[in-house]
Amino acid sequence: MDIIDNRPDPDELLASLKFEEERSKRGKLKIFFGMCAGVGKTYTMLQTAQAEKLKGNDIVIGYVETHNRKETAELAEGFELIPRKTYQYKSTTVQEMDLDAIIARKPRVVLVDELAHSNSPGSRHTKRCQDVLEILDNGISVYTTLNVQHLESRSDTVSQITGIIVRETLPDEIFENADEIEVIDLTPDELLQRLSDGKVYTPERSKEAIGSFFRKGNITALREMALRIVADRVDKQLHEYMQLKRIKGPWKSGLHLLVAVSHTQQSAKLLRWAKNLSYTMGADLQAVYVETSYKLTPKESEQLNKNINLSRQLGIKFRFVTNNDMVKAIVDFAQKENITHIIIGKPRVRNLLTLLRLGNFVNRLIRYSGNIDVYILGSDIKSTDKFKEKVSLPSFTSNIRQYFAATLIVVITALACFSIKEFIGYQVVSFALLFVVSTLAFFFGTGPILVSATLSALIWDFFFIPPPYTLHVDKPEDMLMLIMFFIIALLSGVLTSRIKRQEMKIRRREERTNALYQLTRELSTASGFEEVINIAKNDIKKYFDLRCRILLRNDTNQLDCPNQIDSGIILSKNDVSVAAWTFQHSAKAGKHTDTLPSSKYTFYPLKGNQMNLGVIAIQQTNVFTLGEEQFWDAFISQISGKFEREYLRDMAKQAFLLNESDKLYKTLFNSISHELRIPVATIMGASDSLLTSLHPEEIRKELSQEIFKASKRLNRLIDNLLNMSRLESGRITPRLDWCDIHDLINKVSENLQDELKPFRLHVVIPDDMPLVKIDFGLIEQVLYNLIYNATQYASISINLRVKAFYENGIMTLQVMDRGPGFPGKEISFIFNKFYRVEGSKAGGTGLGLSIAKGFVEAHEGTITVRNRQNGGAIFTIKIPTEILHIDF
Amino acid sequence: MNLPETILIIDDEVQIRRLLEITLSSNGYKISEAATGKDGLIAAATNHPVLVILDLGLPDIDGIEILKKLREWYLKPIIILSVRNSEEDIIHALDNGANDYLTKPFRTGELLARIRVASRQVQNISDKPILEFGSLSIDLTNHIVRKNSELLKLTSTEFSLLSLLAKNEGRVLTHQYILKEVWGMGYIEQTQYLRVFIAQLRKKVEDDPARPKLLNTESGIGYRFGS
Repeated sequence: MDIIDNRPDPDELLASLKFEEERSKRGKLKIFFGMCAGVGKTYTMLQTAQAEKLKGNDIVIGYVETHNRKETAELAEGFELIPRKTYQYKSTTVQEMDLDAIIARKPRVVLVDELAHSNSPGSRHTKRCQDVLEILDNGISVYTTLNVQHLESRSDTVSQITGIIVRETLPDEIFENADEIEVIDLTPDELLQRLSDGKVYTPERSKEAIGSFFRKGNITALREMALRIVADRVDKQLHEYMQLKRIKGPWKSGLHLLVAVSHTQQSAKLLRWAKNLSYTMGADLQAVYVETSYKLTPKESEQLNKNINLSRQLGIKFRFVTNNDMVKAIVDFAQKENITHIIIGKPRVRNLLTLLRLGNFVNRLIRYSGNIDVYILGSDIKSTDKFKEKVSLPSFTSNIRQYFAATLIVVITALACFSIKEFIGYQVVSFALLFVVSTLAFFFGTGPILVSATLSALIWDFFFIPPPYTLHVDKPEDMLMLIMFFIIALLSGVLTSRIKRQEMKIRRREERTNALYQLTRELSTASGFEEVINIAKNDIKKYFDLRCRILLRNDTNQLDCPNQIDSGIILSKNDVSVAAWTFQHSAKAGKHTDTLPSSKYTFYPLKGNQMNLGVIAIQQTNVFTLGEEQFWDAFISQISGKFEREYLRDMAKQAFLLNESDKLYKTLFNSISHELRIPVATIMGASDSLLTSLHPEEIRKELSQEIFKASKRLNRLIDNLLNMSRLESGRITPRLDWCDIHDLINKVSENLQDELKPFRLHVVIPDDMPLVKIDFGLIEQVLYNLIYNATQYASISINLRVKAFYENGIMTLQVMDRGPGFPGKEISFIFNKFYRVEGSKAGGTGLGLSIAKGFVEAHEGTITVRNRQNGGAIFTIKIPTEILHIDF
Repeated sequence: MNLPETILIIDDEVQIRRLLEITLSSNGYKISEAATGKDGLIAAATNHPVLVILDLGLPDIDGIEILKKLREWYLKPIIILSVRNSEEDIIHALDNGANDYLTKPFRTGELLARIRVASRQVQNISDKPILEFGSLSIDLTNHIVRKNSELLKLTSTEFSLLSLLAKNEGRVLTHQYILKEVWGMGYIEQTQYLRVFIAQLRKKVEDDPARPKLLNTESGIGYRFGS
């Protein structure tokens, strides 16, 4: 016995728990489910609601159809009614449920009749069930009603039983995921009784109904179907429950079904059937489509899209594989996915070509599938095939010009051969014609090739093979040659055009891969949203020939739409709300979709791994084909990924800046508050003393001087802080102007004359020093800070030296002192903000040098420091600058 | 005996006005005060001040606007006293008719000196033919400059530059203003001329060209003669 089988699969458990969790935030969906109209679903729903209302629950009616039934109408009266919304459709007005009003009203439960109803054009969603899902998403619970015939997977069977085509269908997934299902059951006799009592329809309609739809046989079949579905559901729930609670018992079947789908209408039926089977077997199901070199007609690709959509509605995962050998593709896929059962439809052979293509499909599949079971569903498509397909060979769709050209070339060749028939004999002619037909196959489709092959065979026979001018052939070897000629011409033509098609497909795929590669490459070097948007727009224009518009999210997780017109796409108010819907629900909407199809544009969400980045709007005239859609998805997922990286990078940067500024703020507080207090204390103390005591003149003067000195210190601090903040905000742009270095150094020494009094300042400037183009004020400040620093620390020697020179486009300024220099390990930090050398004397904020550095760097220059050999430090500033030589 | 002359202070800070009032009245001036630009304009028209001290950061109207309005009719000196210390602001104010510019915080001694210089300019408008500064004398009519009684050889441009600065002794002249006056409208961007000629002039007229006393640099703004 296999032990593993007794354990719940952890992945499934997790998924199950996650599902539960998500569900608890959403509203609950309760479906009142019946076999057909008239069983009292609406009535029961209202009754249940009534009881809930008595318990104090907030319940409103979103949409209830009473069909003028008296009891039902009476029951409905007790509820608040959300007014319906009126839509003008052509000349009639239609009333629909007002979705937005319900969401805005936010009741606890809303009653919505007829879940499978299709909305009238102009509504947000094409189907009411989509409205309901949105209501549930908003945390509002929904009571609704449904008949069994409206279930997507049953609609075929219902049509078969009753002969009525069901137009309004509900995706099975919604039904399966409903929180609660209540069956409203009546025996067929009771129902018929109610009908004849006129409780369902007016008397005339009742009579009509009993005669057609409400036949006892029909009702019984529908009833069985409804009860069966609910029983299956209970079964499944029990399984899930056991799994969740780790109850030992028969686990999920462990069956995996695969349904192979084609581009035919038959496949739609196959999908529904497979869904039913998987449901009853408790197996999971996926669908696979094998893409071969066969070129789909527009009609076929439309049907394929329909099949894909259907499988999505049925909740079946749809996969594509590409392989010319369908059997091998299906079997490989099945083995990879651990499939236990493969379901296929019985192939319908319509003509020679399909026979050639499909080969011995069924037999081969059975042979290669090994231990995988194969179900084959019979084809009885005709019974439901309302839109009978026109039998058309796809490759005959080549345009008329090709047929004409092919015929012409064959005729010309024949004429040429005819003129030299005497010299070459009739047999060689066949080779010439064969050569022409094979060559034509490189350029033309299968249709023209078939025509030219047939034509050349006829021409050869009629004009060349003796006896000439008859179709009759004398010699048996000629007959044999004629037959062989025809077959070879046909085969080589068909094969060549097939190779050509395949080549085209490969080329197209290569182009796409290439396009994706190009996009990735361009995106990888791009930075900033603006640039990414431009690249995206250009590439979409280039590879899809579509104009697009990209809307991005803002920081508050809303979609940003700064202006209505951009890149030729004008978004109306309505379009903007479609975009917002797309963004919120991360599903495509707009033109060619089920949601808000009235918009002029199609909106695709830009989904990242962790968040939605925005929406892309495109204006398409044609719906994407299957391959295009895949290509498009890959394309925009690249773009979304890039946007997400950009966004995350921005966020990281912001966080970093925030962190940095936080650090700066703290240091600022610690260091500045101290630096501020000292001079303020001096000023307060000295002025207080002046105010309160009668000092002799001399003392008063000294106190005043202290106040003055303290104010100067305060002022210097404020200047430094202001300069620092200018640097921090990046607002420093040097105003470059011609400057005489003598003048600059004079100015600094003049401003520092008090501090420089105990020192001897040596200024060394060569005679031929040119004028340099720098910002006088900024560099003055730099020199001021450096020399001021030197005066504060270089107390050992009285010699200070400032040197300036110019060499190879670079001006150098040096400030040298003979002070203590800097401790070796700290020398690399001294330009950092607020950095103060350990044990340095009181006063100073550690800003001066970092300001100096900032100002020099604003000139694209460098500032360095090193200790001098015999003590002291030397600061070197190097600034690249224009110069002007002057002669004195 | 002259009546005390009135100085109008337009500044919204009470403390600054108080400080100026004490300083200026103890130096023999009468004070008129205004806390807003509007009041300032009225006071200028009614109190006949000989000089206006104007703050740029006023609560109602921007100081530069007041300056422009005042200059439409008020011909006496206006000194700007502001915390705005960027070169652009200073040049802008000077170009719009301010006679001088002092940034806060300021030294009261400095302010008094600037007031004296500004008032003197108004009186000196009736050109003296010979200006004397210590050992330097400039004969404006005959274009002769002497230092320690020795004749200095100056080119005509050097003389124009020196006499322009000397005539505006104590006052900041912006680079653009000087270039326009000496070289002409087309040269206001050619600051290199100014640098070269100032350096040459310093060598000729200063006692120690490395520590100029007469031709002083105002960083990033212009030059100021003497004081």
